[in-house]
Amino acid sequence: MSRKPLSSGGSDAESAVVRFDDVSMRYGRGPETLKDLNFALPHGSFHFVTGASGAGKSSLLKLMYLAARPSRGLVHLFGQDVATVSAENRPFMRRRIGVVFQEFRLLDHLSAFDNAALPLRIAGRKPDSYRNDVAELLTWVGLKNRMHAMPPTLAGGEKQRLAIARAVVNRPDILLADEPTGNVDHEMGLRILRLFVELNRMGATVLIATHDQDLVARSGMPVLHLDRGRLVRVGPRAGA
Amino acid sequence: MSDIFDVARWRPAPFLPESDAHDGALTFVVAVLCFLACLTALGVIASDRAARGWSDDLASEATVIVRPKTTESPDSAAARAAEALAGAPGVSEARAIERAKAEALIAPWLGPGVDLEDLPVPRLVAVTLDPERPATAAGLDRALKAAGVDAVVDDHSMWIADIRRAAGLTRWFGLGVFLLIAAAAAAVVAFATRAGLAARRDVVETLHLTGAQDAFIAELFQVRFARTAAVAGLFGAAGAAIIGAFLRLVGGGAGLTPVLPVKWIDLLAVAPCPVAAALVAAVAARLTAAALIREMT
Repeated sequence: MSRKPLSSGGSDAESAVVRFDDVSMRYGRGPETLKDLNFALPHGSFHFVTGASGAGKSSLLKLMYLAARPSRGLVHLFGQDVATVSAENRPFMRRRIGVVFQEFRLLDHLSAFDNAALPLRIAGRKPDSYRNDVAELLTWVGLKNRMHAMPPTLAGGEKQRLAIARAVVNRPDILLADEPTGNVDHEMGLRILRLFVELNRMGATVLIATHDQDLVARSGMPVLHLDRGRLVRVGPRAGA
Repeated sequence: MSDIFDVARWRPAPFLPESDAHDGALTFVVAVLCFLACLTALGVIASDRAARGWSDDLASEATVIVRPKTTESPDSAAARAAEALAGAPGVSEARAIERAKAEALIAPWLGPGVDLEDLPVPRLVAVTLDPERPATAAGLDRALKAAGVDAVVDDHSMWIADIRRAAGLTRWFGLGVFLLIAAAAAAVVAFATRAGLAARRDVVETLHLTGAQDAFIAELFQVRFARTAAVAGLFGAAGAAIIGAFLRLVGGGAGLTPVLPVKWIDLLAVAPCPVAAALVAAVAARLTAAALIREMT
C-alpha cells in the first residue's frame, strides 16, 4: 500500500480490529460510492461516521458487515483480509459483528422476543442459556411489555430499539449501527448511546453512522467524516 | 393474547413462517401439475395395456379356410379340419364355424339381396392357439395336410404387423406425452419454488447477515418447499387416483371402455408423485437459496 492507514485511536494499525487499505467501492457499473479509504479502528474504539446523505456511510458499514465487497483495496477485520475468508468461515465472522440496520430488517413472522434472540439461536445457543438475558435486554430498551408483539404491530421507535437489542444481544466484538437514533426521542437516544458506550467499555469496537450532530457532540467520540465517498477527517471531531 | 410474556415458557419459533399467501399459490400450481402428470401416467398405462391386448388377441388366434373335396360335404370337411387341428401341438381349441355364421360373416361384403345358397361359401375353422407355445401357420398346415384336408391357414400375420406397429406408436406417443407433462410439471414446480423463495428474500438476507451459514439457510428452505410440494403432490396424485378409480368403477372389468382398460393396480402408479414433487422442489429451493446468498455476497 502506498499510504499507511490512519489510526484514529492512536494505536498500532496492524492490530486494528477494522482496517481499510485504499478501499473503493461501487455498485455494479455505477460511479464509486467510496473512494480510496484508508483508516484503522483499534480494538475497543468508539467512532461516529458522519456525512451528508449519499456520502457513503451505509456503504462503508456494508463493507464492514460483509454485505458488500470492495471494488478496489483491502478490508481487514480482526486482522484478516476479508477477501481471503472462505465462504464457510464468513458466517462465523459475521457473528462477531452486531449490526443495527437502518431499515431494521426484523422478521415479521417472529415475535419481538424471537427477533431479539435470533443471533443467539443462529449461533447454536440453547434457549435456557439466554432467555433471561434476552428478557432483561428487551426490558432495558423499553420493550418489557412488547416482548410477544410482532414487528408489524410495533411503532417505528420500538422497531429501532428491537433492532438494537438484536444487534447487541450476542455481545459482538464490533457493533455497527446505521442511524440508530433516527426514530427515537431524545431521551431514548441518550439511553441507546449509553448502551453503546457500555458495550464499548466491555470491549466492543463501536462505529455509528448518524446525522444526529447533537448525539455526536454529547458523546465526544472521534468522527470519521465522509464527503462524497472520501474520508475527509479522521480523529476527534473538530470542536468536540 | 395476554400482555404478560412468560419468559420461562417461551419456546423458539420456527425460522420460517408457518405459511403465507405464497404457499397457497405454490400448492395449487404444483397440485394441478401433479394431477395432470398422474392422469397422463394412468392413461399411458391403460393405452399400453390396450395396445398389447390388440396384438395379443390377434396373435392368439388363426382362421382356417377349408376347401371341401368333391366327395364330401363342406360341413364334414370343416369338422375333419377342426378335429385334425385340435390335436395339433400349440393349439388350445379348434372349432368349425357353422354355415350360418360363415354366411353372416360374408353377408356385409356382398350387400343385400344376394342369395348365399347359390354361392360356394367357404367353411371356416376358428383356431385358438396355446398362449405359451402357439402353433405356427406352417405347423397348422402340416397337421391339415396329414389329415388330408385341403385348406388355407390365415394366422393374421399380415394384420399383426400393422397392429403391433400401431400399438407401439400408441405406447411411445403416450410415454412421450407423459414425459412432456412430467417435465413441464417439474419445471413449473422449480419456477414456483424459486418465486416463492424470492418472495422471502428478506428472511434469507436477515438470516445471512445475522451469521447463519449458507447451508443452514438453504436447508431451511429446502425442507420447507419440499414439504409444501409433497403435500401438493399428494393432492394432485389423490385427484388423479380418484379419477382412475371412477373410470374403473363405471367401466367394469374393462375400465371405461375396452380402448382404455384401467386396473386397480394402475392406481399405484401415482404413488411416487409426492416424492418426485418434493425432490424437484427441494433441489430448486436449495439452488435458488444458494443463488440468492451468492448475490448477497
